[in-house]
This record gives sequence, structure tokens and C-alpha cells, in this order.
Amino acid sequence: MRHTISILVNNEPGVLARIAGLFSARGFNIESLCVAETPDPATSRLTLVTSGDDWIIEQIIKRFNNMIDVIKVTDLSEYIHVERELVILRVEARPENRAEILRIADIFRAKVIDVGPKSYALELTGDKEKVTAFIELLKPMKMLEVARTGSVALSRAIQKQRGDK
Amino acid sequence: MAKMIGAEMLFETLLNEGVDTIFGLPGGYVLKVYDVMPKFEERGLKHVLSRHEQGATHMADGYARASGGPGVVLCTSGPAATNTVTGIATAQMDSSPLVVFTGQVPTPYLGSDAFQEADHIGITRPCTKHNTLVRKTRDLPQAIKEAFYIATTGRPGPVLVDMPKDVLIGEDELVIPDKVTLRGYKPGVKAHVGQIKKAMNMLLNAERPLIFGGGGLICANASDELIELTHRLQIPVTSTLMGLGAFPSADPLYISMLGMHGSYAANMAVHASDVLLSIGARFDDRATGGNFEKFAPNAKIIHIDIDPSTIDKNIKVHCPIVGDAKEVLKQMFDLVPPDYNAERKEWFGKIDEWKKNHPLTVHQGNGKIQTSWAIEMLSNITKGEAIIVTDVGQHQMWVAQFYKFQKPRTHITSGGLGTMGFGFPAAMGAKFARPDELVVAVCGDGSFQMNMQELATAVQYNMDLKIIVFNNGFHGMVRQWQTLFFESNYSASQFGVLPDFVKLAESFGARGFRCERPEQLESTLIEGLQTPGVVLMEIVVDCEEMVYPMIAPGGAMNEMILDPVDMA
Repeated sequence: MRHTISILVNNEPGVLARIAGLFSARGFNIESLCVAETPDPATSRLTLVTSGDDWIIEQIIKRFNNMIDVIKVTDLSEYIHVERELVILRVEARPENRAEILRIADIFRAKVIDVGPKSYALELTGDKEKVTAFIELLKPMKMLEVARTGSVALSRAIQKQRGDK
Repeated sequence: MAKMIGAEMLFETLLNEGVDTIFGLPGGYVLKVYDVMPKFEERGLKHVLSRHEQGATHMADGYARASGGPGVVLCTSGPAATNTVTGIATAQMDSSPLVVFTGQVPTPYLGSDAFQEADHIGITRPCTKHNTLVRKTRDLPQAIKEAFYIATTGRPGPVLVDMPKDVLIGEDELVIPDKVTLRGYKPGVKAHVGQIKKAMNMLLNAERPLIFGGGGLICANASDELIELTHRLQIPVTSTLMGLGAFPSADPLYISMLGMHGSYAANMAVHASDVLLSIGARFDDRATGGNFEKFAPNAKIIHIDIDPSTIDKNIKVHCPIVGDAKEVLKQMFDLVPPDYNAERKEWFGKIDEWKKNHPLTVHQGNGKIQTSWAIEMLSNITKGEAIIVTDVGQHQMWVAQFYKFQKPRTHITSGGLGTMGFGFPAAMGAKFARPDELVVAVCGDGSFQMNMQELATAVQYNMDLKIIVFNNGFHGMVRQWQTLFFESNYSASQFGVLPDFVKLAESFGARGFRCERPEQLESTLIEGLQTPGVVLMEIVVDCEEMVYPMIAPGGAMNEMILDPVDMA
């Protein structure tokens, strides 16, 4: 099962390495990892997407909690949450498909962020499904470069625990 | 406020922490540290100069395990730091509190592949509880206080502090914080009362209850509480390798060690139990036989541990309790109803039957000394009261089976990592921690060779230390596995050349004794133990002796290979 885990950490060198090291050492899988400073420069927030059965996820979270530089771990998959991802990509734009590219961008509400004689660079924000669909549609047009951030996520303000009637 | 250089701040902070002994070896980037050290030696700090940084790390570890307090290592950068890695990993696997100080290249040169540079932080990241690189002289005392706090609280473990040369020679105001608070680290969680009540309910109503203690019992200093509770509830007790000594062997409730080389009675009891209480043990493959599915099939398991990640890691338990073992056991005792009186005649009868049918037995009589017999004799001579520090292999298992430990912190061994070469330097560290007690290093010929250079250190400090080297000319445990599982294909397990251990000891200025005949064993041991100074006793033993019982890899607790001699 896919889990999105949000981790608040001390903004110290080596913290990211320790977290990544846990995954490589134990053979757990990282689907994506996104990290940046929070408004408090002493801390950073890491959003990590991993998958595994309940036992693996439990072990991962417990081991994160053990780390000295980890302040708080939240398994957002336990809560109703919002997840978003950013992608910027460069697609080949020939005279015969320029219009179609712009149409697709318009449908997805993506933005054109760069124009070249033979390419467009586009930017899109959305949930994982939307971003994946966008890339799939553009693939036949010859994708030159794709950079995805991986998910960031926040829990929703109004929580009804999954399974509540 | 006082202004001083980083090297002086290091020692001021160590003294402030109450450290009185450090183990180390000088080198390039810590020369300033060693230059100022004599000032602090005058103030009560003792530095033990080892011959190898691995030796120093094992010494600090032995010191920590014998005293309960942290062990401290000091060395330079590069190869010195990498030499400490085995010792650090050894301490981590057995949850032993160590603080390792390494010198490092000056901060502007970090990452430039300078002379004797290595990425100490990167290399020790997976095998330390925490590590840190100090970048400013002023931050040094804070980093050191934090290191000691992390190493010695919660589940203890090794911490490395990397100190670049410019930080050590830089000058600043000394600011030692009174308290350390870390946002991400809050040890000392109080156990859940509901879980404790649930556990007590299970125990009070059990028909075949069993308790097994691990190393965590000793970390928590919870022996007295365990003895009190088990006597009140009349529950039999077994122990993992790391838990030996936490419960006195002489106690009538004790069933001796469980696991791969545990006793028949202990393993059968685990297999037949209906409620199993584990305290400070981590259910590793050596203690459980390795087959997690077949472990204690009829039991509801209660697990007390200070580290939540240990719970449900290998075996799913029915009643987890995260907390300090000492506190939890006290609370459990307070919950026993005053009129509770369980005799468990049938259960104790069963256990006695198992003990009688297949006791741990010494078979001495073929003209060659059996190691197990020698250890039984050692236990009798010392009344089970010495501090025994073992190395790794067959001898380690026989010590666990035949030495009758009565008190915690008298059995010191590398259980988790199984580090050959640990025993002798760790024994030295233990002796520094408890100078008035008899400390005996028990080693195999293979293990002893790995850190034998520390004989020089032992003699230099005029130590009163006894070393027994059981010499069978083989890597004994490897030979055993080759006998049982590889059709006796003794590939690279026999030593073609071995030193004359007596002459080796004498070359360092120590005393040496050799014993080759059974009839001379008792007098050799008695004379050796009573001779002052560093004494090495080489006992030539039978290489064909095997450790029984044995649970083969993947076997269940009740599927033991027993001694063929007993089965005949």
C-alpha cells in the first residue's frame, strides 16, 4: 500500500542522508521524496512516499521516530489529506503539433513557461493522477525532458476518520 | 567567562560530565588535544594509551558495560576513525553507551581528500545512535553534552563527535550548558497503565507462564525488581545471552539460557508456555531459534521494551509495553492482589522433568581437556562471582552454559555483532571500571590473536588481569558448523601456525602458563588466577568438542540437536 509520510526534522546537515540511509540499508522503497525549509529556518519538512505492507510502514515510522533529528512523523495516509505535485517538462513542438500541445496545456490548466523555436516548456501542478495523465498525453509528442518534484501533502482541516459512518 | 581553545573545552566538558577514564591513541589532527591533556590528567582524568583504535573502542565498551556509565574514546582522523567502526558497531548492536571523539581535517579542507581524511560521519551513520560534526569552537561543549545525553538515555548506544582541527585550536568563551533539550529526542516515556494492567491479567491467570530477560534488563538495572516480582508470582525465568547475570543462576526459579545453544529445559519451556513475558530482549534469531513462525506457538506474548521499534519487529506480540523496565516491573508488582498464591506444581514438575532428562552436561574423560569442563571448573573456583568477559565462538557458548553468573554486569560479551577480538580489550576496560574485582578474559585462540597487541597496554598500566586462551587450533564454531552442515569439510578453519602464547605473553612482560593435561588444569587455573599482574593461561583443548544443544537454522525451539553421547 502506498503511504505518504510527512516528517518535520532539524535543519542539520546529514539528516536527509540518515533518512535515505534507512531505506537503502533495510531495502525499503522510496517512491518520491521532497524536502525544504519551513518558515522556521531551524526546521525542514520532508514529504516521502513509500509503499509496503502494514508491518514495513510501522517499522519505517518507528525508526524515523528514533532518529535524534526527527521531530515529528505523520503518516498522512491515516488522515484525509491533500496531495500535490509539480512537474516542469520540455516537449518538442513542431508546426503540426504546436496547437495541440497548447490545447492539452489549456485543458489541464498548465502554464507555458518557456518557448523555443522547436520546443515548449510547460508547468503543471496537481495531484499524482492528474500529473501522470498530463505526461501520458504528451508522450506521443516526444518529451525532451521531465522534472517532477514528487508529492507534498497536508492533512485537511476537517477530519472524518476513514471508516467513520 | 573563561576563554580557551577547543581542545581545552573538550576536557573541561568531559570533567563536567564526570568522565574519569578515556581510551585513545594520538595522531595528526588531535596533537593539540594531547598537548593540553597532561593539565587535565593532573585534575583526575586518566588516559589509557592503546595499541590499536579498535582495542581502545572495545576497552571503552567493556568499561561501559561493567560500570553502566558511558565509555569514552579519543583518536585522530582517517584510519584511526575507521579503526573504531567495528567497536562502534559492536556497541550499537548490544546497546552500549559510547562516546567516540575523532579528530578531523580543518573545516576548509573537508571533502578535499586531504591526508588522513575520511568521511567519519558518513561511514558511522548507520552504526551510531547519532553523530555530529562540530563546525565552531563555541559549539563544542554543547555538542559534547548532547552526545553524552543521547548515548546514555533511552536505549543506550554509541555516539560519534567529529572535531576538525581548526575547531580544536580555535579560541572562544567556554559555555557549558546546564541542561540539554533536544526537540526530536524525548526519552523517558511513561508506560501505558492500561497495557500494564492487561499484562498482569494475563500473567495472573496463566497456567504455564515464563519470563525471559534480555540485555535491556541490565541496561535498566532492573534485576532486583525482577527477582521480587518472579518470587511473588512464582514464575520460572530464562535468559538470553545478553541477559545472563540479571537473574541469579542459583535461584530455584532459574532455568538457564534459551536459544540456539540454550538448554533443553529452557527451550522446551518456551515452546510449551501459554504466557511469555519478555523484558528488554529483542527476539533476535539466536534467542528464538530463527524460525519466527514456530516461536512459542501456544503463548500470548507480553513485551516490555524502551525502544518502540523493537516491538513487533520480528515477532508480533499480544501485549506491548513501551517503557523503562525498572519502572514497569515495580508497577506490576504493585498490581499483584495480596491474596494471590499460585503454586504451579504441574508446570514446575514439567520443567524439572526436562531439566532431569537433558541437563547441560560436561563430558570429560577422553584424555583431552574439554572446554566446557574447564569453564565449569572456573565457575566453581571463582564461585560464579568473577567478571567474565568472553570473546566469540564455542567458548562463548560454553561460558553462557556453564558459568554460574549471579549478578548483572558480570557477564560481558559481544552478543549482537559477535565480534572476535572483543574479549581481551573489553576485559581491560571492565577492569578499569571495577579495579577491585577479579576480571577474567575468556578467549579462543582465533579471537585472542585479533587484538593481542593490547597485551602491551595491559602491562604498561600494571593491570591485574587474567586471560584464559582456550587453544584448539581452530576457528571452533566454524569447525562445528562445517562438521554438522558441510560434511566435515574443514575449509580454512584450522590454524597452520599459532604463536606460543606463553612466550608471547612473556615477550610483553606478562606471565604465561600453559596447561595441556586434564590433571594439571585445576592447579594451573588456581595458580594463574592468584598470580598478580597480567597473566595469560593457555589451555590446550579438544578440537572435536561440540556445543549442544543446537537449534539448526530455521528450526523451532523444540527441534534441538542434542548431544549424541547423551542420546545413546
